[in-house]
Amino acid sequence: MADWSSLLTLAFLTTLLISGIRLAIPIFLAALGEIITERGGVLNLGLEGIMLVGALAGFMTAYAVEQSATPWLVGLAPWLGLAAGLLAGALMGLIMAVFAVSLQTDQVVTGIMLVILGQGITTYVYRQQFGSLTARVTTMPSMPIPGFAELPLVGPIFFNLDPVTYGSLFLLLASLFFLYQTTWGLNIRAVGEHPGAAETSGVNVAVVRYAAVLLGAALTGLGGAVLTVAQLGIFNEGITAGRGWIAVALVIFARWRPERAFAGAFLFGIATALQFRIQALNLGAIPYELLLMLPYVLTLLVLLRGDSRSTAPAALGKAYVKE
Amino acid sequence: MKSTPIVELRNITKRFPGGVLANDRVSLDLRQGEILGLLGENGAGKTTLMNILYGLYRPDEGEIRLRGAPVHFHSPHDAIAHGLGMVHQHFMLVPKFTVAENLMLGQPSPRAPLLADRRAVAQRILDLSAQYGLQVDPHAPVWQLSVGQEQRVEILKTLYRGAEILILDEPTAVLTPQEVDELLTILRNLATDGRSIIFISHKLREVMEVCDRIAVMRDGRLVDVVLTAQTTTQALSRMMVGREVMLRVDKAPATPGEVLLRIQNLHAKDDRGLPALRGVNLTVRAGEIVGVAGVEGNGQRELEETLRGLRPVSAGRIELCGRDVTGRAPRDIIDAGLGHVPSDRYRTGLLRDFSVAENLALVTVDRPPFTRRGLLDMAVMRSRARQLVQAFDVRTPSVDVRVAALSGGNAQKVVLAREIAHGPRVLLVAQPTRGVDVGAIEYVHRELVRRRDEGMAILLISTELDEILTLSDRIVVLYQGRIVGECPAEGVSVEALGLMMGGTPSHAL
Repeated sequence: MADWSSLLTLAFLTTLLISGIRLAIPIFLAALGEIITERGGVLNLGLEGIMLVGALAGFMTAYAVEQSATPWLVGLAPWLGLAAGLLAGALMGLIMAVFAVSLQTDQVVTGIMLVILGQGITTYVYRQQFGSLTARVTTMPSMPIPGFAELPLVGPIFFNLDPVTYGSLFLLLASLFFLYQTTWGLNIRAVGEHPGAAETSGVNVAVVRYAAVLLGAALTGLGGAVLTVAQLGIFNEGITAGRGWIAVALVIFARWRPERAFAGAFLFGIATALQFRIQALNLGAIPYELLLMLPYVLTLLVLLRGDSRSTAPAALGKAYVKE
Repeated sequence: MKSTPIVELRNITKRFPGGVLANDRVSLDLRQGEILGLLGENGAGKTTLMNILYGLYRPDEGEIRLRGAPVHFHSPHDAIAHGLGMVHQHFMLVPKFTVAENLMLGQPSPRAPLLADRRAVAQRILDLSAQYGLQVDPHAPVWQLSVGQEQRVEILKTLYRGAEILILDEPTAVLTPQEVDELLTILRNLATDGRSIIFISHKLREVMEVCDRIAVMRDGRLVDVVLTAQTTTQALSRMMVGREVMLRVDKAPATPGEVLLRIQNLHAKDDRGLPALRGVNLTVRAGEIVGVAGVEGNGQRELEETLRGLRPVSAGRIELCGRDVTGRAPRDIIDAGLGHVPSDRYRTGLLRDFSVAENLALVTVDRPPFTRRGLLDMAVMRSRARQLVQAFDVRTPSVDVRVAALSGGNAQKVVLAREIAHGPRVLLVAQPTRGVDVGAIEYVHRELVRRRDEGMAILLISTELDEILTLSDRIVVLYQGRIVGECPAEGVSVEALGLMMGGTPSHAL
């Protein structure tokens, strides 16, 4: 029989939390981006496709920089990869914005089109460039914070993370400040709630919605790049494995609040990490396919929690037609 | 000082696609510090003219002069920059934002350019509120405010942007009589302070009460501009409609018969799940019109929808023509004998993109004579429609045009015709004349009285107090989901009704 007690040691919990945070970051970034987009009134369901494009753009950039072997540039490879993911995401966002804001197409259909586009284009480009070769890039090492990283328990969990994780925590705080304390944040929330009121107040609804969609998609693309460049070091077809869809669900669960999206992503991360570890411990009786489902089942359960209509941005998914 | 024109409109002409001449060479002055009434029926061109002044539309011909200099506004933004402010009929506020946040929108922040500086804005709101007696809490979220308070926020918004010239489009439509008085006081304060106001309305009494001068429009033309002191309501209504209007409907005393609608202790929730009806008791007899008065948002919509079977009943009982229809489907309720003229005719009354004939058949379209053996009989539908169009005086080029192409008054006649034609014994009528021109109002009112005399039981839900007073045989007042007062319509005072509409129970009077 398997030894369940090994699950309850301190060392186990520590590693579980550490990998929980790591696994949470790509999903959190995508969900944060989608929160900003949806707060502006645009429903972008294309996250899965945008993440894939960000993941591949980031990976290829980092790979190209490493292969160039320019001494002063190689160290920056992961950072350039992340920047490429951000830009590629924004480019996908531009497609969404042109269709949804300017051409006023159905946003659900447009979003799904982006997913299919992202899946198709990344598969094609990756095969063109790498064929059956398994390419690798160097991932980001962790960055211990001197003096704190050695603390028991909290040290490894909070002060020995990679720079991307620190950066994401910073983005969480920055997004809260941006949405609630700046005029730009106010404008984005206004065009998502009542674009007519915003327009008569002198806010250019189209411009603000473009900004919200581009910013949101850029963060989503960054989330994809984090996955390949900072964490896994590889790319393969469909590497995001539904993370984009989970992020969409997470936005509803979080009721359009960044801090709750972080908590939700963390929960999902822990579930995924737990699933890996139970598999590794080979607790015989449970087929691993069932364990693979665990995080997704958890997400479904969490979505059951009450209705979200009253907190959703009032104009979400509706094109704004000037009178 | 009152003689300096601050705004001059010169020969403004606006033609809409389709050839409708909305404004035909209209020339009008607004003087510094005056309140100018702009009076006219729906569709007379008042709102179009003001939208041109406010930069929402460009005139085809004509010129706008501001303080003597010609101006060309390309958007409301330009108009705001020149000191104009408009309070729209439908409020343009974000419900989830606070008052302060709504005022900040689109405005440069007072201190740091990119920061949402709520404190500085709140202070400015308090200052302005105190100056003009507006009484607005800057930190209250807008969805918690009453309609009257929301309107004050709209006025504040224009003042916050430094408006010298205020345009108010039908500002009293949604207010209680007491709130109307408060608004008129605020407007007088603003005018005394040197601000110039254009007050758009079709209510003669209010225009007579507050305006210095009154401009009357009809069919896109300016009929005349008169000094309030030198005119009468009769003269104004003649100018507005082009003929004498009977402001009162002639009706014989009611002869109520058996009870056809009985509502007992009815409870229902609103869309947010909060209690909206909290124990409504009401009966309507054959041959009488019972008017439900009240300020919008006190349960009118929920009462209407519950009676129609569109909203679940949480508790209580509805009896229609002796049958218990509580919680029954809309279809069963129609069959039990209910006709329904809904408050929002385009949302629940009509299919805009369907033809007049199709809309007229809608309620009984699935049975003979419209449907036989599962097939629609379009010929019967059309011929029936032609009869109804004639009987109810619907002005339409044919029964095949889309309902969306009809005016508000004619669309309402389509609904009324259909709901009466299927032969109900109880008629539920909500806001029957909202957005309807004076001619059609008269028609609808006469029709309702006629059906009453034929023995129909009519429940009239209306926020237009004049309409309630004109039509009802009995009046009940709905306040916060309860009936707080009931009285015969004969000899009731507007003041007493107004107090009940504001929540004072009738026994306290």
